[in-house]
Amino acid sequence: MDTPAQDATGQVSAGDGLRRRHLLFGGAAAGLGAIAAAGAQIAGTASPPAAPAPVEGSNGAGTVPFYGDRQAGISTAAQAHGVFVALDLRPGSTPERVRALLKLLSDDAANLTQGKAALADTEAELALRPARLTVTFGFGPGLMKVIGPGRGPAWLKPLPAFSIDRLVPEFGGGDLLLQICADDPLTVAHAQRMLLKDSRSFTTLRWVQSGFRRAYGTEQSGTTMRNLFGQVDGTANPSPGTEAFDKVVFGDDRIPAWTPHGTSLVIRRISMNLDKWDELDRSGREESVGRKLSNGAPLTGTAEHDEPDFTAVNPVGFPVIADFAHLRRARPEDQSQRIFRRGFNYDAAPGAGSVSDSGLIFASYQADVDRQFVPIQRRLDELDLLNQWTTPVGSAVFAVPPGCRPGGFIGDHLFT
Amino acid sequence: MTRKLIYPVLSVLAAASLALTGCGQSGTSPASSPSVAASQSTAALTVSDPWVKAAESGMSAAFGTIRNTTDQDVTIVSASTPASPMVELHETVMGANGTMQMQPKKGGFVIPAKGELKLEPGANHIMLMGLSKPVKAGDEITFDLKLSDGSTVSFTAQGKDFTGANENYSGGQTPAPSPSSSK
Repeated sequence: MDTPAQDATGQVSAGDGLRRRHLLFGGAAAGLGAIAAAGAQIAGTASPPAAPAPVEGSNGAGTVPFYGDRQAGISTAAQAHGVFVALDLRPGSTPERVRALLKLLSDDAANLTQGKAALADTEAELALRPARLTVTFGFGPGLMKVIGPGRGPAWLKPLPAFSIDRLVPEFGGGDLLLQICADDPLTVAHAQRMLLKDSRSFTTLRWVQSGFRRAYGTEQSGTTMRNLFGQVDGTANPSPGTEAFDKVVFGDDRIPAWTPHGTSLVIRRISMNLDKWDELDRSGREESVGRKLSNGAPLTGTAEHDEPDFTAVNPVGFPVIADFAHLRRARPEDQSQRIFRRGFNYDAAPGAGSVSDSGLIFASYQADVDRQFVPIQRRLDELDLLNQWTTPVGSAVFAVPPGCRPGGFIGDHLFT
Repeated sequence: MTRKLIYPVLSVLAAASLALTGCGQSGTSPASSPSVAASQSTAALTVSDPWVKAAESGMSAAFGTIRNTTDQDVTIVSASTPASPMVELHETVMGANGTMQMQPKKGGFVIPAKGELKLEPGANHIMLMGLSKPVKAGDEITFDLKLSDGSTVSFTAQGKDFTGANENYSGGQTPAPSPSSSK
């Protein structure tokens, strides 16, 4: 204990350093005593934070690769926490400045997602538990206008107005979207702060939406999430890793993505009126969607992924899955009209006179917004009983660029 | 008010970093390790995670981790950059009055054989004494480190918005008694 450990080169290692710190503080002038105590603690962790050693039962060390053909955070099994941050470029932004911003943020994301402190990270220790952190970038119309006029996809614009919309500007639009997800909320908060610190001289904050699913470990990973209506939500999603998923999200010959390995992200903030939903009995709730609350099975089936039978009728001759049911309305005749949803619940502070401000951050990935998302939304706008309890209040569309390679940055293909 | 708040934070960080530096440099003195064979010198040092504090004008500082890949100590005698006509190598030490102060490092930075020197806010750093133009976040600023054998090591640092690292240089004058002299 008292013998300093020495390595082959005769360097004194940590044991001695610790005592030296105490000596230093011991020699500090009077009045520094309290600080010294604090300093000793900080000093003990001031060395470059090493990669976390996996601990049994701990998921903090989990990482998702940042570099790759496609961005992380899309096919990644949804984490427990997700924050969506929309930024606006400051007036007069040049392509060079946007490039610098994207380089900085990509560098931060590359470090933080791998459990390393970002450059100039003032809370380096918070970076040591990545907990499957992903940072996914989306480019809004404003950013594409600056860096590549005419190079953005035709669908990169606000969605058409829908009759059910009650959009508020606080949750709409944005030049640059950062989707930050991890299984740990502290990790998400740290990554968000680091990215915003590096954005501040380039952008202003437009909106932030913070959401959650079940905590890590509560359920088997990959379990379809439940929303705050208690519904199993997202059963129709194609499974990441399948051909169907790749086609829906990253396109094919028929519906190509805007750029290879790119996709699109539509973020709709959907307010769910829980107080009104309370008035509905269980069978009414199940009929509104056409699925059972117990396990998400279609009302004509027994298991979640059973194919619904839209022709089945009840003893008095009415369809078991009603014409107005969400399941029937959302399901396309044309199989190309499919989307991949990677949403999160939100539960904000209730306004005066209310006991809830809850809903869904409906995040939808698809190769082409106009050909996949919009037709579905049109049908739901025309008829969907669920519209009685749900109201879209925010809407934003982003072009999601491909991933990048080490040494590159997200969006670098647009600067060549 | 503000200064009193900043002071203890700076002190804690500076002391923490200083302790590490002291550890890494134990047993070496700048004078005892003046030379590195010229043939090795180009690869003698590597600089990782370099960054510069963004600033509109005046002073700024550069940070990062300098590693010595050789079996002999390497001494950096000076640094230069197009961003500032005057550059100094600074250390942060405890003054006689118990406050942390920065000052030019006599003899330069010594990187121990197979060791490293961390340049951090509140500790050793490369001080840009007067910016010739603004350093903006994301800017890429080149630096040349001149070694005691006359060779040069270059690196490029990224501009970062950073509200810490507010150490101002007292210009070698007698430190003012107030803790704010090290701010």
